[in-house]
Amino acid sequence: MAKKYDAGVKEYRDTYFTPDYVPLDTDLLACFKCTGQEGVPKEEVAAAVAAESSTGTWSTVWSELLVDLEFYKGRCYRIEDVPGDKDAFYAFIAYPLDLFEEGSITNVLTSLVGNVFGFKALRHLRLEDIRFPMAFIKTCGGPPSGIVVERDRLNKYGRPLLGCTIKPKLGLSGKNYGRVVYECLRGGLDLTKDDENINSQPFQRWRERFEFVAEAVKLAQQETGEVKGHYLNCTATTPEEMYKRAEFAKELDMPIIMHDYITGGFTANTGLANWCRENGMLLHIHRAMHAVIDRHPQHGIHFRVLAKCLRLSGGDQLHTGTVVGKLEGDRQTTLGYIDNLRESFVPEDRTRGNFFDQDWGSMPGVFAVASGGIHVWHMPALLAIFGDDSCLQFGGGTHGHPWGSAAGAAANRVALEACVKARNAGREIEKESRDILLEAAKHSPELAIALETWKEIKFEFDTVDKLDVQ
Amino acid sequence: MPFQSTVGDYQTVATLETFGFLPPMTQDEIYDQIAYIIAQGWSPVIEHVQPSGSMQTYWSYWKLPFFGEKDLNLVVSELEACHRAYPDHHVRIVGYDAYTQSQGTCFVVFQGR
Repeated sequence: MAKKYDAGVKEYRDTYFTPDYVPLDTDLLACFKCTGQEGVPKEEVAAAVAAESSTGTWSTVWSELLVDLEFYKGRCYRIEDVPGDKDAFYAFIAYPLDLFEEGSITNVLTSLVGNVFGFKALRHLRLEDIRFPMAFIKTCGGPPSGIVVERDRLNKYGRPLLGCTIKPKLGLSGKNYGRVVYECLRGGLDLTKDDENINSQPFQRWRERFEFVAEAVKLAQQETGEVKGHYLNCTATTPEEMYKRAEFAKELDMPIIMHDYITGGFTANTGLANWCRENGMLLHIHRAMHAVIDRHPQHGIHFRVLAKCLRLSGGDQLHTGTVVGKLEGDRQTTLGYIDNLRESFVPEDRTRGNFFDQDWGSMPGVFAVASGGIHVWHMPALLAIFGDDSCLQFGGGTHGHPWGSAAGAAANRVALEACVKARNAGREIEKESRDILLEAAKHSPELAIALETWKEIKFEFDTVDKLDVQ
Repeated sequence: MPFQSTVGDYQTVATLETFGFLPPMTQDEIYDQIAYIIAQGWSPVIEHVQPSGSMQTYWSYWKLPFFGEKDLNLVVSELEACHRAYPDHHVRIVGYDAYTQSQGTCFVVFQGR
């Protein structure tokens, strides 16, 4: 029945809190951790989040009556307590599919984490998880190649990929930079990486870097008989410039390029991923700025959401933290989101921080990249945590070797292969890590020296953002 | 001691991808790896190529992939038969995973000359 216009301010919960609603398979579901201002009832806060992130505004407006809002509004359909936090609660919100442009992660985030985060009735707000419906997933391009195709192109099977970032991260000339790439690759790494800070600075313009790096990659490939690559960072000032760099990487016959998806933005990332798909180029994704958004336990966006968004926007490899290295990240949480990068179905599992069943359908998987403050002693734990579909990157742990980067690379390669071999043979690699590495070092002076160099280094700080459990 | 005398000279080696940086495996160690392939539910595949072709995507199959083969000894005897037939070739074993349509693992068992 047609409604009548009744101007004024209504409580949000009258319209947007619907505990009897059963979400549709096509709804996009979100879980927010809400901390309201004192005295505001939970239902009102939750309904306000649903309203402000979908169709609502603070006052009733006449033009609402031109549409059937029931068809378009977001709804809070469930509220739950947050274990261990008496001020916060989870609000589960269902959004109709038609609120979002097909294939646009930008559009989804503009709605879900837009104005609502500045809303005064809230003290804090955190987007914990999104369940993307299959109907939306099918409109996204996803990884340009994905894990299976990337393995085939790089000819790497049965083990994680091994890489490292070129250091020092800023200041090297193009020719010196190419030298470091060559040393790493001839020593046994599969891939090297531009540091995210490297774009096209005065000390090293991008074209210089690309040319010298291409020479290094080709030479190392020829000498070792293995397939090699280097992530050429195409993150740039403008999309036009980004594509120009990508085209040149292709002209040089390089297998992989790189983009920083949060600082660069989702629109740029999706565009570059599409370009990569059309041009047979692999795409490595860095995540600078993520910790600004995802580290505070009550406010921001959890990284699992940013990871899911990347899989949809497109990338073949994504940084995920290391659990054991110098950067923040708890083990269960990390496992929860690397599942969402790689698997075709991930069940709800609160012990891993996953709030929803997530069906990825036929979307290809993304390699999980572990990078940051890791060295050979971490190898057994890294293999146990990340498994084969990962890329392990040792920067300081390669270049810091007393004999230089090539020997450092060889040490890591020997350690990695020794761990894989031991795991396949049924050994408990985390428990027996010391024995496995020391046995391997008997055949590799490079590994023996690496083990000696980094024997005391640990990064044992507690994580700031923990899972919400009692 | 002067710095240079403590630094080793790392020489580039030509390797054949996975396990290329480990010393040659003993027979028991090879058995362990094949047992792992079978335990994963992967099909063993034996491939060979002359050394100059090691970077080709396609190596020659030895017979056909051993789909569903669970007998470790049979796989080992086929590997040896392939090596006898092509003593100059690299021989590798693949664990083929039909679910992912990828190779679960792949490594060279006999290096050609």
